[in-house]
Amino acid sequence: MMVEQTVRIISNERDTDFYFRLVVRAPGIAPLVQPGQFAHLRIPSLEQALLRRPFSIFQTQGDTFSVLYKSVGKGTTALSRMRAAEELSAIGPLGRGFTVPQPGGETPLLVAGGYGMAALYLLAARSPQKGVVFVGGRRRVDILCEAEFRALGWEVRVATEDGSEGEKGLVTEPLIAELKRTPGKRKLFACGPTPMLKAVAAIAEDFDAPAELSMDEEMCCGLGACLTCVLPIKTHAGWEYQRTCTEGPVFDSRQVLWAV
Amino acid sequence: MNLSVGIGKLRMQNPVTVASGTFGYGVEYSQLLDLNQLGAVVVKGIRLDPVLGNPKPRTVEVTSGLLNAIGLQGPGIDGFIKKYWPFLRELRVPTIINIWGTTIQEYGEVARRLDALEGVGALELNVSCPNIKEGGAQFGTDVALLSQVVAACRQATTLPLITKMSPNVPSIKPFARAAEEAGSDALSIANSFPAMAIDIETRRPKLANVTGGLTGPCIKPIALKLVWEAAAAVKIPIIGMGGIQNAADAIEFMMAGATAVAVGTANFYEPQTALQVIAGIGEFMKRHGLKDVQELVGTLQVRP
Repeated sequence: MMVEQTVRIISNERDTDFYFRLVVRAPGIAPLVQPGQFAHLRIPSLEQALLRRPFSIFQTQGDTFSVLYKSVGKGTTALSRMRAAEELSAIGPLGRGFTVPQPGGETPLLVAGGYGMAALYLLAARSPQKGVVFVGGRRRVDILCEAEFRALGWEVRVATEDGSEGEKGLVTEPLIAELKRTPGKRKLFACGPTPMLKAVAAIAEDFDAPAELSMDEEMCCGLGACLTCVLPIKTHAGWEYQRTCTEGPVFDSRQVLWAV
Repeated sequence: MNLSVGIGKLRMQNPVTVASGTFGYGVEYSQLLDLNQLGAVVVKGIRLDPVLGNPKPRTVEVTSGLLNAIGLQGPGIDGFIKKYWPFLRELRVPTIINIWGTTIQEYGEVARRLDALEGVGALELNVSCPNIKEGGAQFGTDVALLSQVVAACRQATTLPLITKMSPNVPSIKPFARAAEEAGSDALSIANSFPAMAIDIETRRPKLANVTGGLTGPCIKPIALKLVWEAAAAVKIPIIGMGGIQNAADAIEFMMAGATAVAVGTANFYEPQTALQVIAGIGEFMKRHGLKDVQELVGTLQVRP
């Protein structure tokens, strides 16, 4: 079920560095959101840049949802200039999200790169069992919403490439250490840049653990019509292009073909 | 107030449809708008066999437009009938199926197969896709080949045939006449414009296919002129398209000579556009005291 509606901004505040938190009132969308789904926003001030921009949904509360975004291009920069009470058009919730763990099932290990952490929050919040979230970034300012995960009772392990917070290095290093240290049934859930997702897929295979990856692809319509965001996905017959916006953004790591 | 129009023997309850490739197979939009309010649904191009499509990146946003090189990814005719037709046939508005092939024989064969399918509204012949190596634009930019493709399809079906014209020709008039003489019941004008974009940091094309087709509001004035020129050359109806974002855009196309219009790229960013265009045409007619939407068609006054 997806809904298109005009949403009103409640707040749009700088988080750290170039990161912002946008909270909107969206009574048609917020109650429907499943972990890992996204919203497609049209930013009115863009004018000559026509397309909507997709954002993973971070938190929901009643009739509001929030997104965490980095101001990098003209779309996110224009969004970052919007203020409370301004309106924009949203379509959501879109896509197939993460499988919420069952009670007594595998221990969830979450792996996030930068604002990929936002897409994993609802999964942690709705999981009946707590696990560990591994979060990585280049610098301290790339580590977002750590406090929110801790508030859910999850253990958070941070790695930064410059060592300004947590372990120095890539997020995959503490993940591998954890998988070696505690054998048992684990399942990985990841969201972040494509090289990180590819590394997580390889680690999942090495440790024979299932993994769900939220893929980050350029989108156009977000509705499954335009076939911009396709990825080569393994099928019984070989492979086919599937749509990140519709069959994804979350895919089973064993299904993803990294090159064709 | 009468909004209905005829495209050959196809009746549309209003003159507003969607452009092939911008609306999937209809079902993708069915949760956001009532498809039965449209004049017709036009689906993405299909050929006999499934098509993988082009490598990525397949689209890039440009100033007031969109550049695409999807490569006609599609399920093939059997996949289309199995996966999408059960949904489409239940609609109360007609479905126009866009078809293509790599040979004249294939166009005819696809037309013949769809002629046997109960409930098809019309076929749109894609002779103008700029993004595939074989088929597509080669047929739309050679008058003799265009005539042969249309004639082969005409022989294969009694369904209304709409030929989707290439904009990439020195004059559209001989092509429009050739399609009409070969038995096309209508023309859609225009397909996307061959174009490209470059990433100056990497010195690489922004599309994996290097070149693509340009669509969106930036092409509207060019498409409008093509419609105006073709309308002077043929008697068959024209479906005008190219960057339509609102009723005013649509009315421009109708005044230039289009009997109907299609909303294309706008479906990607404002899915309600086609319905807003329908409502806006009605409001314009009311404001100008028009009883029939045909009173707009080809009414451009050129002389002072």
